[in-house]
Amino acid sequence: MPTPGVLPPPVAALVDAALVAELTVVDGRGRPVSYPLIPLYDGSRIYMTSSALFSKKLRHIKANPKVSVAMTDPIGVPAQPFARATVQGDALVHDGDLHTDWERLLPLWRAKEPVIDKFVKMRFGIPLFFERSVIEIAPTRVTYWLGGDTSVPPEVFELAGAG
Amino acid sequence: MATLSPTTAVEKAAGFDHAVVSFIDAGGYPFSVAGSFVADGPGAVVEVGPLDASVMPADGQEVGLLFSHIRPQPGIGYDERRYVNAWGTASVDAARRVVRVQVTSATGWDEAETPFFEYAERTVDEAKRYMDELGARPRLSAWWTFFLTTRLPFLTATIVPVALGGAVAARHHRFGWGWFGLAMLGAVLIHLGLNMANDLFDDASGADKANVTPTPFSGGSRVLQYGLVSRRAVVTAASACYVGGIGIGLYLAAARGWGLLWIGAVGVLISLAYSAPPLRLVHRGLGEVTTALGFGPVTTLGTYYVCAQRFSGEALYASLPVALFIALVLYVNEIPDRDGDAAVGKRTLPVRWPKQRVINGFTLGATLAYVLIVVGVAARITPAWTLLALVTVPMARGVAAGLRKHYDRPYDLMPAMQRNIALHFVTGTLLVIGYVIGNIVR
Repeated sequence: MPTPGVLPPPVAALVDAALVAELTVVDGRGRPVSYPLIPLYDGSRIYMTSSALFSKKLRHIKANPKVSVAMTDPIGVPAQPFARATVQGDALVHDGDLHTDWERLLPLWRAKEPVIDKFVKMRFGIPLFFERSVIEIAPTRVTYWLGGDTSVPPEVFELAGAG
Repeated sequence: MATLSPTTAVEKAAGFDHAVVSFIDAGGYPFSVAGSFVADGPGAVVEVGPLDASVMPADGQEVGLLFSHIRPQPGIGYDERRYVNAWGTASVDAARRVVRVQVTSATGWDEAETPFFEYAERTVDEAKRYMDELGARPRLSAWWTFFLTTRLPFLTATIVPVALGGAVAARHHRFGWGWFGLAMLGAVLIHLGLNMANDLFDDASGADKANVTPTPFSGGSRVLQYGLVSRRAVVTAASACYVGGIGIGLYLAAARGWGLLWIGAVGVLISLAYSAPPLRLVHRGLGEVTTALGFGPVTTLGTYYVCAQRFSGEALYASLPVALFIALVLYVNEIPDRDGDAAVGKRTLPVRWPKQRVINGFTLGATLAYVLIVVGVAARITPAWTLLALVTVPMARGVAAGLRKHYDRPYDLMPAMQRNIALHFVTGTLLVIGYVIGNIVR
C-alpha cells in the first residue's frame, strides 16, 4: 500500500537516478508536448526548473497543470535494476523570484549535474539562463515497469489524496 | 528548437534508441510510455510497440512522440543532447499491440548542429516576453553589470597605446606622471563611452539582435538585448564618459598646448563616426582603419603631446604596429559576427571577403606589423630593445592556424580570438618594455 504523497521506493530510486526525464504537458491545442529535463525529488514532490529562455512549457502548465514525468531512457536513467515509470500529477509553477528561488534546489541538481556549479559561477555570461522558474509536481498516479519492458502489464500505484 | 519537416524528423528519429509515445488519458492527464520502434523516413511514419494494451492511446487519438538522447559524463553531468518532438494521429493495431503514427508536424534540437549558447540566444525574445508578463527583470551584481556594460577588458586597446606614448616621451626626457595619468584617464573615458555608444548604435540598427552567435569577444555586451540595463542608463553612462573624457582633453589642451585639440577632436569624432549614422564607418568596411587610427596614432601621439608639448615622428611610427594589431583584433572579432552583420547591412571586411582572403588579410597585417618593428630599429627610429616584441610571432601564427581551423564555428573560434587580443596586448606591452629598457641602458 503506497504512502500518500510519497513515491513507491523503487520509483523514488528511479527518479533519484535519472539524469533526464520526460516532462509532458498539455499545450493550448490539447496536444501532449514533452520536454527532456532533470527531475529532482525531495521525498514528496518532483521538482524541475526551467529557464525563462524556454518558458513555453511554463505557460502550458499555468493553463493546464496536469502533467506527467516519465523515466524511460536506459542511458539517461542509470538505475540498477533498470525500470521504467510514468508519474502523473499536478504541477505548480513558482515564478515569484526567478533570480534566486531555484537556488534552493541546487543541492539536488548538483548531485546529478556537478558541472552546474561552474555554470552558476559564470552566470554573468548567460544571465537569462539563470532566471528560472521552479515546477513543483505533486504525484497522483504511478505506472511502473520493473525491467523496463512496456509490452507487459505495469504495476499501477494510485497516490490520489497525496500531499 | 527548430521546426522540422515530418520526413526529416522521422529520418532523424531513426538514429535514436527508443520512442516515447504521449497522449491524454481519460482523466485529462498526459501519459507517456516508451517502446522500441520502426521508422519509415520517406513515409513519415513511426510504429511503436509492442506495448501492453492497457497503456496504448485510443485509435484515432492525437499523440506526441519524443526521441531523446543524452550521454552521461560521470562527475560532470551529460552532453550530446538531442531530441525530436513529433505529432500525428495514432492508428492502433490491437492484434500486434503497435501504435502507428503518421507524423504531421515536428520540432527538434541537436546541440551538435546548434550549440547550446546559440540555441539559448535564439530564445531571448521568449524570455523577455515571459519576464515582461511577470513584471520581472534579469539581474546581475552591480560589478558584473558595470563590467559587461562597459566591456571593461577591452580597455587594453587604450592602455597599450597610451603607455607607448608615455614611453616615447620618456625617451625624449619629457615624461611626467601627472600629465601621463590625466591622458590615460581621458583616453579610458572616451574608450568606455565609445564601447557603450557602439552598443547603442548596434542595438538600434539591429546588428546585435541579428547576431545569434555572440561570444565574450564579439557581438557586443548584450546588456541591452537581455534587458539587464535600460537604453536610458547606457545613454547616460556613455554621455557621462564622453563629457568626462572631452573635459579632460580640453583641460589638457589648455594646459599643454592647443595642438592637442586637433588630435583630440579627431579621436572623439572617429569614435562616434565608427558606428553612428550618418557615416557608420564600420558598416562601410572602414572599421579597421578607424580603429587603427584611433587606438594607434591618435592615442599614442596624443599622449606624447600631453607629456612633451609637441608632436613626434617617432611616436607616430612607434604606434603603427600597435595600430595594426588592434585593427586585427576588430577584424578577427568580426568573423563570427559576419552573418548577423550582413543581415543588417553592416558590411565589414569579413562580410565582404571570402574566407581565404580574410585569413590572408590577417597574415599580411601581422607580418606588416612585425616588419615595421624591425625596420624601426634598423632605421634607428626606435630602440633596439623593441625587437623583444618579435617573441610574439608564434602567437600570431597560432591565431592564423585557429582561423584556418575554426573559421566557420564561432564558439570553437573563441581561443583564437582570445589569443589575438593577447597578441595585441603582449606585443604592445613588449614595445613599451623595450622603450623602458632602452631608456635605462642608453
